[in-house]
Parts: sequence; structure tokens; C-alpha cells
Amino acid sequence: MAAFTHPNHGKYKVIGTRPIRHDGEDKVTGRARYGADVHQPGMLHGAVLRSPHAHGRILSVDTSRAEALPGVRAVATAKDLPELPDKVMASGEGIENQRYMSTRILAGEKVLFKGHPIATVAADDPWIAQDAAALIEVKYEVLEPVLDVLKAMEDGAPRLHDKITATLMGKKEQVDSNVCLHTRFQAGDPEAGFAEADLVIEREFRTKTVHQGYIEPHHATALALSDGQITIWTSTQGAFAVREQVATVLKKELSKIKVIPMEIGGGFGGKIPVYLEPLAVLLSEKSGKPVKMTMSRADIFQATGPASASASRVKFGFKKDGTIIAATFWAAYEAGAYPNIYGMMGAMCVLAPYKIPNGQVDVYDVMTNTPKVAAYRAPSSPQALFGVESVMDEASKALGIDPIELRLMNAAEEGEQRIDGLKWPRIGMIETLEAARDSAHYKSPAPSGPNQARGLAIGFWVNAGMQSSATVGINMDGTANVVTGSVDIGGSRASMAIMAAETLGLKAEEVRPSVGDTDSIGHTDITAGSRTTYATGHAVYLASLDAIEQMKPRVAKLWDCDPAEVVFEEGAFRSTKNGQEPMTVRQLGPKLPATGGPVQGQGSLMATAQGSGFGLHIADVEVDPDTGKTTILRYTAVQDVGTAIHPAYVEGQIIGGATQGIGWALNEEYVHGDKGELLNTGFLDYRMPTTLDVPVIETILVEVPNPGHPYGVRGVGETPIVPPLGTMGNAIAGAIGVRIRELPLSPPRVQAAIAAKENAAGKTEAARETTAKPVPAQS
Amino acid sequence: MSMDTKRIVTASINGAEISVMADNRMSLLEMLRDAAGLTGTKEGCMTGDCGACSVMMNGRVVDSCLVMAAEAEGAEIETVEGIADGKNLHPLQRKFLEHAALQCGICTPGFLVSAKALLEKNPDPSDAETRYWLAGNLCRCTGYQQIIDAVRDAAAEMRSSAK
Ligand code: FES
Ligand code: FES
Repeated sequence: MAAFTHPNHGKYKVIGTRPIRHDGEDKVTGRARYGADVHQPGMLHGAVLRSPHAHGRILSVDTSRAEALPGVRAVATAKDLPELPDKVMASGEGIENQRYMSTRILAGEKVLFKGHPIATVAADDPWIAQDAAALIEVKYEVLEPVLDVLKAMEDGAPRLHDKITATLMGKKEQVDSNVCLHTRFQAGDPEAGFAEADLVIEREFRTKTVHQGYIEPHHATALALSDGQITIWTSTQGAFAVREQVATVLKKELSKIKVIPMEIGGGFGGKIPVYLEPLAVLLSEKSGKPVKMTMSRADIFQATGPASASASRVKFGFKKDGTIIAATFWAAYEAGAYPNIYGMMGAMCVLAPYKIPNGQVDVYDVMTNTPKVAAYRAPSSPQALFGVESVMDEASKALGIDPIELRLMNAAEEGEQRIDGLKWPRIGMIETLEAARDSAHYKSPAPSGPNQARGLAIGFWVNAGMQSSATVGINMDGTANVVTGSVDIGGSRASMAIMAAETLGLKAEEVRPSVGDTDSIGHTDITAGSRTTYATGHAVYLASLDAIEQMKPRVAKLWDCDPAEVVFEEGAFRSTKNGQEPMTVRQLGPKLPATGGPVQGQGSLMATAQGSGFGLHIADVEVDPDTGKTTILRYTAVQDVGTAIHPAYVEGQIIGGATQGIGWALNEEYVHGDKGELLNTGFLDYRMPTTLDVPVIETILVEVPNPGHPYGVRGVGETPIVPPLGTMGNAIAGAIGVRIRELPLSPPRVQAAIAAKENAAGKTEAARETTAKPVPAQS
Repeated sequence: MSMDTKRIVTASINGAEISVMADNRMSLLEMLRDAAGLTGTKEGCMTGDCGACSVMMNGRVVDSCLVMAAEAEGAEIETVEGIADGKNLHPLQRKFLEHAALQCGICTPGFLVSAKALLEKNPDPSDAETRYWLAGNLCRCTGYQQIIDAVRDAAAEMRSSAK
């Protein structure tokens, strides 16, 4: 259902169709090979010894008993890693200081989170490896951990690192602090803005650490030859990113390492940093054999990068007519054990949906004794917009303005300047809101039974560009093979085939798409940031065009004409001078050898014209007042997708993202004990949505093409995780008459809020922190 | 490693009698994947909480990570590799593809095994029955909707072709 009429509507032949994915049969028959399915002859199995303490100093590590165990072939500790400089490098969607990267992989002097790797062992089978790891003796001086972001900001808080280089409002400084980054954006004069406001609402919010929860554990297998050549088989969001990280940590040249990306069983941002790969290489170098490493689910929860917990304060000032006159946002984001930039990403997103004439954003990245935070689908936007959208909901009620109208009158649009300085290109915020307003769901009466209500909220993600490469080989029967460097995490091969087919005048089934290893395709950045269909799709388009350009002289040869007279239009080569029947790529294919040989198109780019994505979700809910459990009665997700290349997978991204957001809103959270240990390290206690928790999610695809992409692609995957937090918060606030500003809105928390409201109702004093009453305007 | 920590286990796997040397600590999941080379069955947690490792054992769906290899002695096991009939995909497999019921695909083998068991018991499951039956299988990518649709569509096709 396209709510906004695409300018190219009806023009495409393949784009917008729903072919069966090319890798589908392998995946329904169990033939697809993931990281865990790698087997190499003579392979050893690795295990990792991890810190039992959240914070401590390592006094000694004795590996002698492990080394003496029969069947053990290699043991490695931090001593085996090269010294690295205090130098920051871009790493996937984040950054990493090389020195910290090394100590993150294997702890040297200090352990900074429970589960921090200390030593690794390779043995003949996994059980010997585990037994050996348990024989390693480590002496610790246990230190007090700090897990809460606000506590970690206090002066007397335990320090993770003695001295760090922090970036504070753009300046690098050596500081003794857990704050590694302070990001500030400003526009206009917020003080003056608030003074002019008729309504000011200021609220505080908290969100907990959550995990990406991919079902496939991390795996890596490595073989290091004595001549220095290394092969790594792994499930990752970026083969080139693995190569770069391993080369950095182990001080290798890139050309010595080949990374073969296996099928990947989910990542959502979490499979960008390397954890096991450098260990597997180290152990293979020491043992001379291939080494396979795997991570248990408990280790994944406690030792891989989750998404930040956050504490925030949102203040919005409105004119009576609903115009936002000023807004400020203050937040602290959990960085985990090492310097990080996810708070900065939240700072970029938080005020983006609206026109803010006067505003200020202050966000702190704060280190805590938890694993280094990693990207998770629209990193850091959900936490930020949860607060903003809750405040917008309160404002709509206080002002008596329909919540979609209120958002429409303040909606960001082309040409306006965002608070972080970027000028908006063509975006679809307004079209998204209009499509939501006109949807069957929104037009239907809101549920009006007891403990029922409707809620809605906006979501936003910048979307990423970055580097991509593709080749398009024309086969001798005129079919085509597409190779890209983008790992296929959710059906992107099919989208690549569709875009190549559209460009070359072929059918999607006539194109064979595949994912290359680091030896067989040019550099390609990670599958993340909703960039694959956009940027790698653009590379496929360029490679297809290149192939067409190479084929034109061949056609000219056959037609005995000037190559300048040959054009490629509507799926075929045509002569501008007429007199020739159009020739398709299929028809030309067999004639390639006789006209000059093979044709291979090449495309690579640094994509910078990504189109940001907006989405609005609407939910009708009912809360059981006795248990506090929320049931979703109806759910609609509206999103500007630019162009839906393969609509079934676009809808799939939206439904899947919304489901993760619903999990974040309603149930998911890290629960820590008082020693800083994670208590819920499995899927039983870290409660992700099951078939019974999510409703049917209706999707409405709005298509406002991105002018920066030949087919208008915006990127789709990340935006949909953002709106559910505010949507569920707003719906539940309406249903129970109390607003809860701390996630998750799990049954015990909702039930406690209802009980507190009932208690308070018994008293005359209205000292209720949690009620939805707006703060009166400052005077 | 001495031999008293290992034993030979013989089971019928997808109709073929297979014997493997299994470590006493080996689960049925590891036996299938590492000893028998049938890597279609997936690991997600090893604690019985995700269903990625679902296989049929003597006519019941089990989490193979929670079954010891030694317990499989003499058992009849069916895995995802046994679902297709030769080169003809099972209707569930086709419908999963048609409905785009997989994204990363790591949960798919487990869902297919569980769903096939459901349809053998109940050829016409309602939406609620399908969701209830599959509640032990986690999928983090799809949000389940296309999976439920695919299973019910496969059921409809199987009912009409059985007539
Ligand atoms: S691996 Fe067996 S239930 Fe998760
Ligand atoms: S498709 Fe990825 S977990 Fe289900």
C-alpha cells in the first residue's frame, strides 16, 4: 500500500516486485552455512577464560596447569598481543582506540566488566579447552564497580581508567573521569524561547541496557599459515571490518588476511566489533592448526556490546497554538568499559523530527563496568526519542491538539537546518504523518474500554552511506552475476539482483547475486546503518551502468555503426539512427566473445547522499490492572522508505524492527546484582518477544524517493525500532492514567504504578511524581 | 582423552542408520552437527530457550540441546534436512520462501521442524493455535507475522491437496 505516489510509480519493471530470494532454498533446507557450520581438517577448539569480577586489577595469571593438560595445543594471554598506540580509529558505526581495543580483546592490567576475556586456550576438543581454561589461575584485586551512568558521573565514583583522553565539546583533554565524550549542539536562544512559551514541560527518563539478541551466537574460525597468510571464517556484519580490526590488534598487513563471511544469523549492530576472531588467529599462529571459537549465550549477554542504558531530561516549550518555541535535551548514555560515541548519536537524533528554533542538546558518554556498548538498530535514537515523544504526547493533551496535528505543525522538512548543523535534503516526515493521519487505523475510533487507550510516536534514523563495491559480470547467455561486499543479513541479495535486473533489462531470476570475501571484491563497509540497499545498491547500479557502457561498442560492432549511436533504453540497446531492432543483454550475451571478450562492470563509491528515514507507529493497547501486563490490540507502522525495492523484505524490516522496539519498551532489560554481575544471562530471563507477545503489525509504506539514489532508496531497517518505545509509553499512560518514564514498562512496573496511583488517589495530597500533568509555563 | 569418556551411539537420522562416537558430555545437537555433519539444526542458546535446535525424536519435538547424545541410542530422529521429499520442497518450506518468513534464517530450521509437527497433529490450526505451538521458537528478525502466515498457508495447501 503506497500512500504517497511515487514519481516513478509504474515506471519500474523489477523494482517493487517480490521475487523469491536467491539464497532461500539453502536456508529452508538447512544447507546454508553459518559461522558455526565451518569445519576445517585438523581443527582445534578454543575456549576463553573470563573475569568473574566486574572491576578488578589483575595481579597474576598462571597458565602452566592449563598448558600441561593433555590435548591442549596453545594458550594465549594479553602478553601475546602487540603493544598498540593511543590512537583512535573509526570502527564500523563507532570508534575504537587501538590500545583499548587490544585490552578489550584480552585484558592486561585490569578487568573492566564481568566476562572480560583474560586468556584463551586451543585444544583437541571443546571440552578439553573448557577444562584447560578453568585451570588457569588468576589473582585479582577486586575493585568496586560502577554500573549506573549517573553514579559514574559523580566525582567520587570508581574510575575505570586512570587517565583518558576525553572530547569535551569538541576539545580533546586529558581527564580523570568516566565521561569520555560531551556533545553539545545549540540553536538560537533556548532561555529566551522558554520565556516566550505558553506551556513548558520538563521531564526525566531512564532506560535500561538492552541486547540485540541475535539468535546465532558469535563464531570464528581461523587458520594462520607459517608464511603469515591468514584465513578467517566468521559470521559478521562486515568482512572488511573484521579484516581491519584483526589487522590492527595483531599488527598485520591487510593483504595478509582473507576474511570469508559466512551466512549470518542476525546482528542488528552487535556483530560489527570483533571478539573471537583475533583470539582464533593467535591460537592458530601458536598451534599451526585451524582453530574454531564459539561463544555461549551467557557470554554473549555479559561480554558483547549491548545498547546503552540512559538517563535523560527533556524540556519543551510550546506556544498556545502548538508551535515548539524551544527545546533542550540533557542525557547520559552508557558507554560501557571503553570510550564510545553512542551518546553522540543520540544527540544527533533527538530533536531531528521537529523544527526547533531555539534549542540545546548536551549528551555525555559515560564509562561503566559493563561491556563496551555496540550499535543496536538505529543506535541511541530510541532512548532519546522515548523522552521527546512522551513529552509531545503530554503536550498534545495539555494543548488539546491532536497528536498527529501537533507533530505535523512542527515537522522537519527540506531546507530546514537540524540542530547538529545539517541542512535537510528531501525527507518524508510530513508525508509519513499524513499517511498515518489518513490510515484506517487512525481513523477508527480509539479503544475506549477500561484500561484501554491509543498511543503513537515518531521515530527517526539518519541512515548511513559509506563505502561499497560491486561487480556485474555478463555471462555468455546474457544473464548476469552480481558480487558485492555486503553481507546479506536479511535478504539483501534479492534487492541487489532486483536493482541490477532493473538496470540491465533482465529478470530478477536472471541475475545471480552473491556476497564476496575480502579477496574477491573491493572494500565494502559494514552491513549496518540501513546502508546496504542504499549504498551497495548504488554500487550495483554503477557496475551495471559500467557493463552497459562496455557493451555499447559491441553492439555498434554488430550493427556496423558508430558507438555513439547506441543507447540503452527501456531494457535494450537501441540505435538513435533507427533501422535496427532493439537488442537485449540476453541477445547480446552469446555475441560477446566474438565482439571483444568478456564484460565485467565495476562500481564503487563513497556514498554520502543517504536519505534519512521517519516512521510513525500507532498502537491500541489494553492493560490488565491486576497483573500490569499490556496487550496490544492493534498496531500500525507507517514509514517513509524512499523506494521499496523488494516490498516483502521492506515490510519484514519494519515488522521485525517494531517487534524489537516493543520488546525494548515492554520487557527487555539487563538486571545486575550488587557486585555488578549480570543476573539474566539467558533467553529465559532476558525476555524477548515470542509469537504470543506481538500482534499483527500493519505496515504502510510511504515512498518519498531519496534524490541521492538512482532508484530513490532511503534505507529502511533501523527507523522502525525507534517509535515503539514512545508509542507504548504513550498508549499505556493513556490506558492507566499514570505516565511511567522508566523502561521497560514490564508488568511489575506497570502494576506498581497503578497501585501507587490508587494509593495517592486515597490521599488528598497530589504529590504524584508520575502523573501526566504538565509543568506550568515558567514565568 | 581415554575411551571411557566416549561411546558409540546409533540412531536413525532422517531414515538412515547412523553411528557416531559421542563424548559423554555431548548433546544430541552436537552429535547431529559435529559428529554426523548435519549442520542444518542450529544452536541459539544451549539452554532450551530458543528452539533453534528443534528436531523430532521418536515423534515428539525436542530441543536437541537438552538431550544427551547417549539418550538418542536407538531413537528415530528427523531434522530439517529430512523435511523435503527428495528434491521437492515441503509445502512449509515453499511457503516460508513465498511469505518472506525468514530474514537471517538461523531460526528457520527450528520453526520448520516445529511447524511440521504442528500440522501433523492439527491440519487446520487457527492463528492463536499456531502462535501458541510456536511460542518456544524465538525469531529476532521477522516479528513472527510472516512465519505464522506461512504456516497457515502451508496448512491450507496441504488440506486442499489431501482432498
Ligand atoms: S539451542 Fe536448544 S533451545 Fe536454544
Ligand atoms: S530470521 Fe533471523 S532469527 Fe528468525
